[in-house]
Amino acid sequence: MSEQALKELGDVIAAKLGDDVLTVEVRLGELMVTVKRTAILTVLTALRDDPACSFEQLTDITAVDYPDRVERFEVVYQLLSYAHNRRMRVKLATDEDTPVPSAVAVYSAANWFEREVWDLFGVFFDNHPDLRRILTDYGFEGHPFRKDFPLTGYVEARYDEDQKRVIYEPVRLTQDFRAFDFLSPWEGMTNVMLPGDEKAALQDGSKKP
Amino acid sequence: MSMTVSTESATGVVVAGPGGPISASGPESKTQIKPYTMNFGPQHPAAHGVLRLVMELNGEVVERCDPHIGLLHRGTEKLIEYKTYTQAVPYFDRLDYVSPMCMEHAYVLGIENLLQIKAPLRAQYIRVLFSEITRILNHILSITTGALDVGAITPALWGFEEREILMEFYERVSGARLHANYFRPGGVAWDLPDGILDDIWAFTERFPKFMEDLDNLLTDNRIFKQRTVDIGVVSKQEAFDWAFTGPMLRGSGVAWDLRKSQPYEVYDRMDFDVPVGLTGDCWARYLVRMEEMRQSLRIIRQCCKEMPAGPYKIEDRKVSPPPRGEMKRSMEALIHHFKLFTEGFHVPAGETYTAIEAPKGEFGVYLVSDGTNKPYRCKIRAPGFAHLQGLDFMSKGHMLADAVANIASMDIVFGEIDR
Repeated sequence: MSEQALKELGDVIAAKLGDDVLTVEVRLGELMVTVKRTAILTVLTALRDDPACSFEQLTDITAVDYPDRVERFEVVYQLLSYAHNRRMRVKLATDEDTPVPSAVAVYSAANWFEREVWDLFGVFFDNHPDLRRILTDYGFEGHPFRKDFPLTGYVEARYDEDQKRVIYEPVRLTQDFRAFDFLSPWEGMTNVMLPGDEKAALQDGSKKP
Repeated sequence: MSMTVSTESATGVVVAGPGGPISASGPESKTQIKPYTMNFGPQHPAAHGVLRLVMELNGEVVERCDPHIGLLHRGTEKLIEYKTYTQAVPYFDRLDYVSPMCMEHAYVLGIENLLQIKAPLRAQYIRVLFSEITRILNHILSITTGALDVGAITPALWGFEEREILMEFYERVSGARLHANYFRPGGVAWDLPDGILDDIWAFTERFPKFMEDLDNLLTDNRIFKQRTVDIGVVSKQEAFDWAFTGPMLRGSGVAWDLRKSQPYEVYDRMDFDVPVGLTGDCWARYLVRMEEMRQSLRIIRQCCKEMPAGPYKIEDRKVSPPPRGEMKRSMEALIHHFKLFTEGFHVPAGETYTAIEAPKGEFGVYLVSDGTNKPYRCKIRAPGFAHLQGLDFMSKGHMLADAVANIASMDIVFGEIDR
């Protein structure tokens, strides 16, 4: 799929959906469209049914957590068109409290994908037929894929011989969790002039004293 | 398998109220057969791992089937966020643990897309060669254990011998039978050992005999056909709607294979056919998988024949480590090695969705990079996850034993579903 064709498709989508589309981008040969949260169902229905787009399949729904943003979650829909052999990505932003309209009415496959996003990120989907947790344990608390949820979690399970059942206890680490910061300070300093750097400029004769 | 009679779904049951037992409804409703809820798994040989199904049955007919998954959830995607790009590769072996190298393939292609690099030709050939070996590995397991679920034990006994031969090839290139950790961003970890191509070629000459035996055992076997024909029929439209991919989609008559339609690596140079099922039932999916093994064999032979000489990983020292011999002599090489194995390489900010045709279907990796040495987010799109949620509509109205045939024909592996 050439970048030009994807750009044209992006323009068609932007023209068709008007104000519902916020941005259209083509990067690394992939088309990315950001839409208004409230308009997601209109957008997905249009993308599926319009013969120019005809995205028959919803490949995946996921979320990305950016805790610094006002609307911290980005919900990402991956679409695939079999008729035109191309992919695209639809994105929208939301926060912990604002529900996103559920796409189950448009694509049946959205059911479990949205349950997963709800389970792992705590993004709520409106009008979902069966919004239960899916991957975490029965009775799990919290949304583990949020950036502020620790990697080690809060509780650990073990079988208790006395009570004859599995019990949950606060997580106990024999060794502290180690997160190494390998980010070298030098990598980010390529554009900084340090004392003495001006001598390098001398040699190619660009700056003579 | 344990049975529990649920009270909420039954009508006309006698419940104990405060004033003693009272009848919930009239006497005529008591003659009705009670639909009951049955728990299937999570420890069940036909559950292909740790699948727990809560089924509502009317007699032996499945009315609703609710898979409870997540018993193997390890938080792979979260763990990857805390590892450098190279350190995260072994996690992919542990997703779909019967086809490890295909998972790695999607991930390294995603990183290469973000870095805007391309593996050398030899590396691409090696990857395609081993992707196809992996496909055969996976399909042998899928078909033979599927046959086991519907009552045939011999294919499984024969098939595992062939798998062992293929896993020896794994071991020879990577040192591990199962969790290979062989693919790297920019190539593969090691070059092919001497003589392996001849041995793989010899395997391709031997293997059709096994395929023939398997064919004789299953394809026209009356019992096998009774258990699979017209079971779990998926229409084209349903397959699109439920995000089915791979053999589940091709079994329903859609000629779609990412190796053909969106070719990656050197698949565009390969000469192979894409089998398509006509009926969309379990038998069609079985036939598709059988033919895919034969086609994989063709690709393997082409790779063996055309395997080019040259580097097996990219020469860019900012991405791939220098050879050990060079490290002993060159300071530069030593620094590169040290930096790569502590800090790792930095990936420019951006995002990409990269999908490959894994044996089970479309396996995709959605990578978000923030410009550091660790992925900001790595979402794994597992084909089995989408397939398993279709189990409800596929099994509705079928007998309990047919639900097992459906599970088998979906090629369920919990490593990738639960992640």
